[in-house]
Amino acid sequence: MDSARYRCAKLTSVTTLSDLLTVTDLRVTLQTARGPADALRGVGFSMQRGDTVGLIGESGCGKSITALALMGLLPDGARISGAIRFAGQELTTLGEDAMCRLRGARIGMIFQEPMTALNPLHTIGRQIAEPLRLHKGLSAAAARAEALRLLQRVQLPQAEKRLDAYPHQMSGGQRQRVVIAIALACGPDLLIADEPTTALDVTIQREVLDLIAELVAEDGMGLLLISHDLGVMAETVQRMLVMYGGTVVESGPTAEVFAHLAHPYTRGLFAARPRLGLARGTRLATIPGRVPELADLPAGCPFAERCAWAVDDCRRALPPPQAVGPLHVARCIRLDALSVPTP
Amino acid sequence: MNDAPLLEVRELAKHYRLPRERLLSPAPLVRAVQGVSFSLGAGRSLGVVGESGSGKSTLARLVMALESPTSGQVRLDSQDLNALTPAALRAAREKLQMVFQDPYGSLDPRRTIAQTVAEPLRVLHGATPVEQRERAAEALDAVGLGTEALSKYPHEFSGGQRQRIAIARALITRPKLIVADEPVSALDVSVQAQVLNLMQDLQDKFGLALLFISHDLGVVDLVCDEVIVLYQGRIVERGAPDTLFRCAAHPYTRALLESVPRVQPGIARTPRRAAALPAATAVGVGAEGCAFAPRCIFAIERCHSERPLLRELAAGPSGSRAAACHVAESVAALPAGAA
Repeated sequence: MDSARYRCAKLTSVTTLSDLLTVTDLRVTLQTARGPADALRGVGFSMQRGDTVGLIGESGCGKSITALALMGLLPDGARISGAIRFAGQELTTLGEDAMCRLRGARIGMIFQEPMTALNPLHTIGRQIAEPLRLHKGLSAAAARAEALRLLQRVQLPQAEKRLDAYPHQMSGGQRQRVVIAIALACGPDLLIADEPTTALDVTIQREVLDLIAELVAEDGMGLLLISHDLGVMAETVQRMLVMYGGTVVESGPTAEVFAHLAHPYTRGLFAARPRLGLARGTRLATIPGRVPELADLPAGCPFAERCAWAVDDCRRALPPPQAVGPLHVARCIRLDALSVPTP
Repeated sequence: MNDAPLLEVRELAKHYRLPRERLLSPAPLVRAVQGVSFSLGAGRSLGVVGESGSGKSTLARLVMALESPTSGQVRLDSQDLNALTPAALRAAREKLQMVFQDPYGSLDPRRTIAQTVAEPLRVLHGATPVEQRERAAEALDAVGLGTEALSKYPHEFSGGQRQRIAIARALITRPKLIVADEPVSALDVSVQAQVLNLMQDLQDKFGLALLFISHDLGVVDLVCDEVIVLYQGRIVERGAPDTLFRCAAHPYTRALLESVPRVQPGIARTPRRAAALPAATAVGVGAEGCAFAPRCIFAIERCHSERPLLRELAAGPSGSRAAACHVAESVAALPAGAA
């Protein structure tokens, strides 16, 4: 009863607004041992309910910082500017109390390492019940019943027995199912999954991705999937944002991005992937150099130092987004030169 | 010349005893590796793939003689490593070196790169400091790092550079065999390609044999001449990567391949079919049957009662192959992607 009413109320409140989430010119500066570092340099995107959006990039590109900013979990001393509008509310200026009411209730998060995301001292049932009791005020008995339903929903075998199990008694894949159950407990509008399958075996990865896709489709929530794996992106999200050096260097519908590989970084990432079917001894195309440290980011295009197409203008200022297709943009001033096959 | 392969592993098994759960019950036994046999010729590369818990890393430690097997032999240059005296084993160690997964955990943060890279020389040969430094510079040069790296510390390097340093440390004794346990899985994609290319170059240049452990089938396909697939401590399939990955004869290999997310540029996203691999059951597998049978969609009655042995199949397009499956022929005949 309770949950049905909750869901109704929530739906009406959201349908009056076009966008579920709009991020505009988001900038984050972190305090590091080497001084302030610009971790995000103007990230912008928007999504509706039911959208699946992927953030892809290598370590240090800013994808996890984006997720933390959305959750209001940035480290101490971080400075944030720009806007994050979530269902009509501005999150960058929201107080901690109000943020707490959103977090876990309307924004759910799945973390990379299910073992560290779960508390080893509490039973699975208690951990799933926690957000239900906190956000929805359910009684202990009602929360337990709901926890059981959630465990069945994430297809955990022998769900009833598992309610009283501890995390160490489960495998990695099972733990990740529990983390998903916790994220879904309050029926969030937005689900953020930060590398949800990186710590899992490839066969389990597939099961977990299928499960997430299925649940997202059923509930019609928005999914923001963060990953470094192009294959995972290609199979899971409708739209993707490629991040490098704190900016979105390319964004568009997944099929479009893979069809054009407009930005040199996307192209390099794609070519560097070891994939099945390459003959033994094939040399992988490499991207020279290394991912820059945040504190060392140049003023211009962050990828210029590693880019075969870079010209002096690239190093002068951050290239503005250029249209590649209808919904497809890339931050590169050399798109014309790039449309010619590889140099 | 000696015709014996560089590395020969025969009927290798390693069992671990867990703490007993109840006072009177027998302590549970984990069979991490069971009846594994293979050989690896000089200059060749063998890939080992499998899920976590399949025994990949135990196998690596057994080959490195860091653990002694419960039964079976590891022979390097026709010497049984576990039958050697401690002094002889020490001498044999210069022929085999290891590269670990995590380049952040495998280098001592308080030692300079020169100390770290030259340590095998100092320990195994008692080389003079001058000689150590010369050889360290040589090894660093081989992995594409300059001599200025010698006096630096690990924190001054990125993940990819650290993995190069770990490779230089393995090269310094001029080994015949390098065991690499997931050497690129902690690296970013763009850096991973650099390290994989380097490993292939070094293998060609120094004629190294490589035992390459990875969960990434694409990486193994690229680097290895032959692949073995482990499932619950046993080899379920063996063959050249192009045969194995094009027409796998074991249902488990097929399920692994099916699970790899792929990018097909220019092709619209299609919803995937249901998971190819049914969830692993918690129920223990009977000693008689095939360990994979409870998860296998091709399983027949015989699979539950009789454990299939690894047997040679008709040679594929690139050499011999073997699979431990009663219905291997019909599985291999299926078109790729049908599972």
